[in-house]
Amino acid sequence: MKTRHMLSVLVEDHPGVLNRVVSLLRRRSFNIDSITVGHSEQPGVSRMTIVVIGRDEEVEQVGKQLYKLMEVLKVTDVTPLNCVAHELALIKVAAKSQTRSEILQIAQIYDARVVDASPTTLLIEATGPESQVDGLLNMLKAFGIRELVRTGPVAMMRGSTTVGVKESIRPERELAVAGNGATLHAN
Amino acid sequence: MATTGTIVLGTPRDHGSEKRPTTGHPVLTGSQIVCRALEDEGVDTVFGYPGGAVIPLYDALPGAGFHHVLVRFEQWAALAAEGYARATGKPGVCLVTSGPGATNLVTGLADAMLDSVPMVAITGQVIQPLIGRDAFQEVDITGITLPVTKHNYLVNRIEDLAPTFKEAFHLATTGRPGPVLIDIPKTLFMQKHEYAYPESVHRRGYQPTSVPNMRQVRLAAEAISKARKPLFMAGHGILLSGATDLFRDLVLKTGIPVVNTLLGLGTFPESHPLGLGLMGMHGHKHVNDALDECDLLVNIGARFDDRATGQVSGFAPNAFVVHIDIDPAEIGKNVHTDVPVVADAGEVLKLLLSEVQQDRHDDWMAWIDSRRDRALDEALEERPAWPEPYTIIKAMAEVTRGEAIVTTDVGQHQMWAAQHFGFNHPDRWITSGGLGTMGFGLPSAVGAKIGRPDLEVWAIIGDGGFQMSSNELATAVQENLDINIAVINNGYLGMVRQWQDLFHAKNYSEVKIGAPNFEKLAEAYGITGITVRSDAEIRPAIERARAIRGPVLIDFVIEPEANVWPIVPPGAANSGMLHQQRFEG
Repeated sequence: MKTRHMLSVLVEDHPGVLNRVVSLLRRRSFNIDSITVGHSEQPGVSRMTIVVIGRDEEVEQVGKQLYKLMEVLKVTDVTPLNCVAHELALIKVAAKSQTRSEILQIAQIYDARVVDASPTTLLIEATGPESQVDGLLNMLKAFGIRELVRTGPVAMMRGSTTVGVKESIRPERELAVAGNGATLHAN
Repeated sequence: MATTGTIVLGTPRDHGSEKRPTTGHPVLTGSQIVCRALEDEGVDTVFGYPGGAVIPLYDALPGAGFHHVLVRFEQWAALAAEGYARATGKPGVCLVTSGPGATNLVTGLADAMLDSVPMVAITGQVIQPLIGRDAFQEVDITGITLPVTKHNYLVNRIEDLAPTFKEAFHLATTGRPGPVLIDIPKTLFMQKHEYAYPESVHRRGYQPTSVPNMRQVRLAAEAISKARKPLFMAGHGILLSGATDLFRDLVLKTGIPVVNTLLGLGTFPESHPLGLGLMGMHGHKHVNDALDECDLLVNIGARFDDRATGQVSGFAPNAFVVHIDIDPAEIGKNVHTDVPVVADAGEVLKLLLSEVQQDRHDDWMAWIDSRRDRALDEALEERPAWPEPYTIIKAMAEVTRGEAIVTTDVGQHQMWAAQHFGFNHPDRWITSGGLGTMGFGLPSAVGAKIGRPDLEVWAIIGDGGFQMSSNELATAVQENLDINIAVINNGYLGMVRQWQDLFHAKNYSEVKIGAPNFEKLAEAYGITGITVRSDAEIRPAIERARAIRGPVLIDFVIEPEANVWPIVPPGAANSGMLHQQRFEG
């Protein structure tokens, strides 16, 4: 069964690394639902959050293929893990003087805030789980959404657990014990 | 790696540039740095073709400590480098210019990628201020080759040049080997920098596993001890690991018969009763029958390629599968694996050897033997009028006592050679397995002969493939290489014709291929050409070719519509293979 998987990928911050990752996913016929890239806590290491749709074993194969890229340091499928996954959306919604206060109320329900306004629009910034942003958009649809940009989620595990890079990962041990190739290190 | 300080680089006028600053390291031009790095890697041969972006680099070649082989087409540089690498076990090196020079390499890189051949490819790039401006002979070769290289580099700073070479050779030759490309802007060749070759490489994202998990090795040993109908499936990984001796010891100790992938031929002698030979689409009948019947399949260093497995759902349906591979991404990619062992084949074999018991499988061997197809041997006793392809291959094996390096192109002749040469030694069988590159045979023979001048080299090529790379005869002549070229000439693109014959109702669409008179073509290149039109002429022609120094071409004119038997139809399981009798009455 195809499901959504959220991969946390730590990569060396080299020119072309995004190209390598995206090109690999394309070559293995993977649809990228969303991808975000930014700095991590370590200098020289970027963190990507990639949302793909596929069967578990396909996603495991993608994890292993990603590890074959020299720049890839760690791949974690955080989907089954207890994590916070939030995205940011900017929504420009049509707003007349009659509807403005209603829109403000809706925004409040979804913990979104208004960051800009014009005589005919409101610009709303929303952060949170994708489902929360979906809910807000659903409520605002009726007013007319002029423009929308969503970042796609970034994810981090709850508690003290991290996805940091371990030195000298032993792949077959994890494969044999856990049967989970998503954390495989390979070259 | 030896960091020699005594080798003089470049042409005599360049000597002045080797100033010694306070660090004690020589200051060299980028061109000299490239040459020195190749020398420090122990490179003795570079296959290349000059052009605009690499003129400054070629300026430094005359004094360099390696031999440059001028090929006749950039693709042949890559394929010759592959032939060299496969024959010697050392990385092959090729060097071309930017733009079309670089794009012509792509097929060779893809070929090396699919067959895990260690290679370092050097391409020139336009001068740095012009990069990204669609300059003359500019292409984004690092972008283009992303999926067909293990890794690639566009070097932007002169100080990165030597470390990039160190890393490229490390990546190409360790873990699962493969091609690595270094793209160097012309400007860098002319800049100067201190030369110090790094001693070691450290990349956080590259830590190939060489030693296996002992628990997995024990599970494999346990499976071997329990199996009643076991098989070893021997792949290229055993050769790449240099582990044929260990593998032979393991086979002899366990008494388990060996089936080979196309690239795994030569891992265990086919002259031994346990060496069963080729599996898969054109595998021997008893080999595919054994795969169908086996209760344990131990795959060592093969990737369950579709031409080996046939339809995967019907592949080795009764087998418990152990898969030993250095690349974890191959585990479970195509075939379900019960016991994965991720490590270098040699390391696993060493440990496995001490874990397994002495054993024999007489009943199993007798069963396999009973499945042999004897029809072919019987058919050949009739001595047909045409030079029969099987007879040609077998005569070649007999006359050379199976010691020769054999390279091939792709198609019918390749399968005939794979089925019937009978490979008994490692690294003597050089063929394009994964990519199936026509034109491979001659340039790879050039590379193989240069790498192993002590060995006899035969290139077995179809008349179609030979017309792709026959221009490489000029290189063989220029280098005065003692190679023998056997063109298996049926006037068709034979394998496509065979598929049209069997699966497309004999609709021979665009497969009839004319050719020049190959004997005269050979003479035009100043070499001996021999034409063979009958069975009786086969052996004398082979013997005559061997007696002549330098390249010789034999044109074997065979029956136009000879087919390769048996064949597993595309999409079918190996058990559904078709045999000659069934098809031709």
